[in-house]
Amino acid sequence: MDSATDAHTHDHGSDHDHKPGFVSRWLFSTNHKDIGSLYLIFAVIGGTVGGILSEIMRAQLQFPNNHIVTEGQEWNTIITSHGLLMIFFSVMPALIGGFGNWFIPLMIGAPDMAFPRLNNISFWLLPPAFVLICIGLVMGESGSGWTLYPPLSNATYEAGMGMDCTLFALHLAGISSLLGSMNFIVTIFNMRAPGMTLHKMPLFIWAELVTAFLLVLAVPVLAGAITMLICDRNFGTAFFDPTGGGDPVLFQHLFWFFGHPEVYIMILPGFGIISHVISTFSRKPIFGYLGMVYAMVGIGVVGFVVWAHHMYLSGIDVDTRAYFMGATLVIAVPTGIKIFSWIATMWGGSIEFKTPMLWAIGFLFVFTVGGVTGVVCANAGIDEAIHNTYYIVAHFHYVLSLGAVFSIFCGFYYWIGKMSGHQYPEFWGKVHFWLTFAGVNLVFFPQHFLGLSGMPRRYPDYPAAFAGWNFVSSIGAYISGIAFVVFLYVCFRTFTSKEHVADNYWGEGATTLEWTQTSPPAFHTFLEMPRIS
Amino acid sequence: MYQSDRAMCPDRQVMGGQSMRTLKWTQAIVAGWVFSVSAGPFAWAQGVVGAPHPWEMGMQHSYGPIKDRVIELHNLVLVIITVITLFVGGLLIWVMIRYNSKRNPVPSQTSHNTILEIAWTVIPVLILVVIAIPSFRLIYYQDRTPDPDMTIKVTGHQWYWEYSYPDQGNLDVESRYVHDEDLKPGQLRLLDVDNQLVIPVGKKVRILTNSTDVIHSFFIPAFGVQRYAIPGRTIETWLEADQVGTFYGECNQICGQDHSRMPISVRAVSESDFKAWVEEAKKAASMSHLSKIASR
Repeated sequence: MDSATDAHTHDHGSDHDHKPGFVSRWLFSTNHKDIGSLYLIFAVIGGTVGGILSEIMRAQLQFPNNHIVTEGQEWNTIITSHGLLMIFFSVMPALIGGFGNWFIPLMIGAPDMAFPRLNNISFWLLPPAFVLICIGLVMGESGSGWTLYPPLSNATYEAGMGMDCTLFALHLAGISSLLGSMNFIVTIFNMRAPGMTLHKMPLFIWAELVTAFLLVLAVPVLAGAITMLICDRNFGTAFFDPTGGGDPVLFQHLFWFFGHPEVYIMILPGFGIISHVISTFSRKPIFGYLGMVYAMVGIGVVGFVVWAHHMYLSGIDVDTRAYFMGATLVIAVPTGIKIFSWIATMWGGSIEFKTPMLWAIGFLFVFTVGGVTGVVCANAGIDEAIHNTYYIVAHFHYVLSLGAVFSIFCGFYYWIGKMSGHQYPEFWGKVHFWLTFAGVNLVFFPQHFLGLSGMPRRYPDYPAAFAGWNFVSSIGAYISGIAFVVFLYVCFRTFTSKEHVADNYWGEGATTLEWTQTSPPAFHTFLEMPRIS
Repeated sequence: MYQSDRAMCPDRQVMGGQSMRTLKWTQAIVAGWVFSVSAGPFAWAQGVVGAPHPWEMGMQHSYGPIKDRVIELHNLVLVIITVITLFVGGLLIWVMIRYNSKRNPVPSQTSHNTILEIAWTVIPVLILVVIAIPSFRLIYYQDRTPDPDMTIKVTGHQWYWEYSYPDQGNLDVESRYVHDEDLKPGQLRLLDVDNQLVIPVGKKVRILTNSTDVIHSFFIPAFGVQRYAIPGRTIETWLEADQVGTFYGECNQICGQDHSRMPISVRAVSESDFKAWVEEAKKAASMSHLSKIASR
């Protein structure tokens, strides 16, 4: 076992690919592939806990006047933890920490990230943060919604340590994201193989680069907001307390200035994965590469100036609402460009319907549905009738729970052979896809109806008129839960499979650099720089 | 005022037990009558009911001018997004059928088409303009009350609503949900309340929201109206009921333990009924105010 004081005089060449001992390898890792794997395993754990919470939620909502979760405070804590776990401990670790770490160096031909040790602390900040969220959950003291609005989240209305633990957890997760993003930006700008200009970079790298910039600019604002909230809760300040001259709406501005770019942070890496998969399985280059790049950049930039569309009802001025409405509608344009470009990539191609491609095509459809309902929500006048109803819940779950999650599974099926050296069972992969597709559509499509007819969100119990669609939605949740179990079975079958896969097991459509390496790649790859023509 | 107070209750010891009981009994009768009048289907014409319906798939029926326009705009946007979704879905199905590897073994390598790229940038912009024009008009219409006939201050509390009528002599009504065990036949669970928000039909009612504790949201789907109730901030909106009836809403911003148990129930009545209700409510209020003084 190497200790920190040993000088590494011997060469970790690829001819005797020896790996460090267990603690050194997994607790003190400086290897982007291992750290990526840690993030992916962590994301599965976070997603499992968040998913169990959502099954409890849908079980409670299956009937009116149900008795699974009877206390309002308990309910509020469950929904808050569900949101925070899914966002910060499942989707982001998977797409950014997991696939980002694994494939950024491999795709640009770099031996590792620019700051390998910083990479490690970025990961290891997350498990303690996860524990802190769970403390808030178990204590029943984080009942404000993931949006954490004061005064409900301040000390008067949410007394006790649980909320402070939740806030501190977000600080840790935020620092993790900041450090990781800085690492990504420096790596992508400085460590591309010679010949790989920015305009020759794979789209997944562009997606991660824009995401990293969004994180660097947005996370500090969240940190400021939650620090001010911690101070209000514990140190007698009144940033958000009107009795002390503060303003609850200030928190909303700060939170959503982070919160809106956050949703693009969650989807952009997914866009990158979808581009790679569609290109590979259509055996065609991506249509309109530059349009795709600048659409992502455009979404990132415009995503910073639309935050108050989450605040239409908070007493902001009508002219302000008019501006934010117009700016929000604008984002539909670059997003539409991407959808049409993906379809145009498939057009004229020679499509193989393997499991990753099913997820990608499924993504195109469900993300379109989620995107167009976003256009509905953007209209402040309509929003007055649907804000905080299940229409909003349906919208964001379509783009996240269907969009981002489909892209995560897409990446898993695409790259698991490369990462592990073993391929997934094709039949069970397809079963997983179809069960999930049926399940999640059944959960969330009826929620549009519930929202339009006025059912509020964050309710553990509802008037009898809403019972019908709630029942349907809950059935969908159970199907999705079974689909997740199938996924765990797929993982089991993959990791216990006896077959080993080739370097490039997808064929001529897979044109990026990771496919030139073995499956799994050597512990250290690209010790010699490749040259790109 | 002071003299009659003295006559009724000069000081604590003098008000005898019998007078006290009579006072309380009278107060109870009047209060009971006011409550029954404000909740009372037997006192007023039933009218329409603005509530959600089982298996409803669209917006609740509109009973006011704002909701009329919201539904109109939503119908326009819904048609547009349905066409777009079906178009994208259709393209996907076509692509899967026509360009699968069996039917198209040799893929083309085309990755540009300038006209197409311009088209799918410009056409969405035009579609958005078509949506944006009525949309801007709607938010300016909703924003300020056009010539309000009266004002009601809506105050959110954990976990009930308080409605104050500054134009009717500062009448104050507290509105709480009817518990399951107290529901009368025909009442809607988690929607019906003990004291409704009574308004005159056909009048433009300015609503000013506020809160004494956390953020709540005053939301009535039948009128297409919603605004947060934020402590330290007064937010204006307006509503108008175009028919006599009962219109339900719910608190729509997470506010703690009983967030799902602070519904809103608006009763729109004719102007004469409204005036009568105001009179009775003020009487009951002053009776209970006097009895509070009497019991000191």
